[in-house]
Amino acid sequence: MSLLEVQDLAIHFGGVKAVDGVSFDVAPGEVFAIIGPNGAGKSTIFNLISRVYNPTRGTIRFDGQDITGLKAHDIAGLGIARTFQNIELFDHSTVLDNLLMGRHTHRATNFVQDILFLPKVRREEREHRRRVEQVIEFLELEAYRKKMIAGLPYGVRKVVEIGRALAIGPRLILLDEPASGLSVEETRDVAFWIEDMRRDMGLTVLMVEHDMSLVNQVSDRVLAVANGQPLALGSPAEVQAHPDVMAAYLGTGAAA
Amino acid sequence: MRVVFKTSYNRDIDLHEHGQSRGKIALLAAIMIALPFLVGDYYLAEAANTLIWALAGMGLMVAVGHTGQVSLGHAAFLAIGAYADSALMNAGLPFVISFPVAGLITGLFGALIAVPAVRMSGIYLAIATLAVFAIVEELVILLEPITGGVGGIMAPSITILGISFDRYGALDHFYWLCLAIVALVTWGYANLMRSPTGRSFLAVRDSEVSARALGINVTRTRALAFGLSSGVTGLAGALMGHYIGFFNYELFSIFISINLLLVVTIGGLGFIQGAFLGAILITAVPQLISIMRDNLVSVGIDLSGIPGLDTMIFSLILIGFIIYEPTGLYGRWLKIRTWFEIFPLARKDMFRRQKSYLKTERMR
Repeated sequence: MSLLEVQDLAIHFGGVKAVDGVSFDVAPGEVFAIIGPNGAGKSTIFNLISRVYNPTRGTIRFDGQDITGLKAHDIAGLGIARTFQNIELFDHSTVLDNLLMGRHTHRATNFVQDILFLPKVRREEREHRRRVEQVIEFLELEAYRKKMIAGLPYGVRKVVEIGRALAIGPRLILLDEPASGLSVEETRDVAFWIEDMRRDMGLTVLMVEHDMSLVNQVSDRVLAVANGQPLALGSPAEVQAHPDVMAAYLGTGAAA
Repeated sequence: MRVVFKTSYNRDIDLHEHGQSRGKIALLAAIMIALPFLVGDYYLAEAANTLIWALAGMGLMVAVGHTGQVSLGHAAFLAIGAYADSALMNAGLPFVISFPVAGLITGLFGALIAVPAVRMSGIYLAIATLAVFAIVEELVILLEPITGGVGGIMAPSITILGISFDRYGALDHFYWLCLAIVALVTWGYANLMRSPTGRSFLAVRDSEVSARALGINVTRTRALAFGLSSGVTGLAGALMGHYIGFFNYELFSIFISINLLLVVTIGGLGFIQGAFLGAILITAVPQLISIMRDNLVSVGIDLSGIPGLDTMIFSLILIGFIIYEPTGLYGRWLKIRTWFEIFPLARKDMFRRQKSYLKTERMR
């Protein structure tokens, strides 16, 4: 029984077939990577799963439930968290507040209770704070708790975004290029965190990544796409040796 | 620099980080409560006016500063609050009922407007709210039996539990009433901003796409923020009606909307304190200019013959602020405070990354 099932997914922007007939499924506890050249449609697949775009055709099922018709803000409540390729944090809030915003799906109070700050709100806040602190500890963000996002270095922001996704308490986490723009050390940290997410938190990870060393290190299976179409699906070694994948990356001459 | 050692999450959740800031608020409250004994009627009335403007400013701050929705129509919500309160009191309801009901009516009206309007943002939302303002202005004139039409309406005298809170007959009572209402709203606003609702407002302001990815219903959140914003502005409108005493539609002109926008922008977008600083500037500076001009007469310079001079100087001050201090008075205060706190380590570029808040259109 797979956690995420994508069947014959397609989206066309006018004449551009950004994604065209992509199918794959992700098993619970699996680390699944999508690779491909720039403009292959990797991020578009993410945007389709997180319902930013409506697919032209195809279905997406999460835990057996068809999520193709849901709204973008319904996705987090099901337990699907995501990060963005170009960091989309709340720049004018602190790291702590950004992580607390990740707890939105767990809120149990309405705005009237919030305005009066009833004891229940404080109780809930303490619980949110405790859960967020676990994320801070996991990602070693202690030094940045009260820092504004706007003043943080790129690498830290990238980690904060992973933290915000984890604060949702998801079952499936979508990481859009978690290692892009990171140094070698930072990329290694990301690899360890992905391992820990799977092993300690029982998360399923779906990621888009260009850094093949990271992909080889953490992923169980890899899907290669080019021009919106699937090229190969299998273990990292199989996919990299696939002639179509080599052709897409290096040109047809190299494959011959 | 003060380092606060926290031993429980409660310390993070509390409104004040340490006893010193609690003490400052207590001192400020004590001075404000004692004000009627310290100053004369003229300044007390000005203080009440400033409080009412701060209340309206807080209302607009929810929408503009904390949710990123620019509104040019908030004078309409002031008007609805003022007319609803006076009309309900004329119908025989006491102030303690008519006042919250006026806020509620305005809030519901604002939320109703928001349902279609929040799908717009930036300049388009500003134009839509301007249209709302024009419609409300016409409605006020058309609904003559309730609003008195062009002629205007008299705000009834306030009496609570037999004690008069009349703006002229018992000015100190009226001032305390304004102070209590403003304090209560400020407390509720501060609570809101440290709770999930307030955080969802900030999320919607800074990045709609990731707010959605976190499960925040952007449309509903913006409608709620706009509703709360207009509700608080409606309360301010009700008080403004009582403060002026006799008013017609001309009190709530487009200039009031623009002045309100200046209150929040010059005060400091995204800070509750900004609404207060902005209100002080907007209400006090014109008075200050005219006092200064009168004083110049005694040294032989008579500027009273030049029309519009006050307005021009006032405008220049405002323009100067917008050009040289986009983070507003409160932003400037934060910079000064930081400079002193970390002296002598302050660097010139420390606040370079500050950006404006009105940029929710990123995903479009």
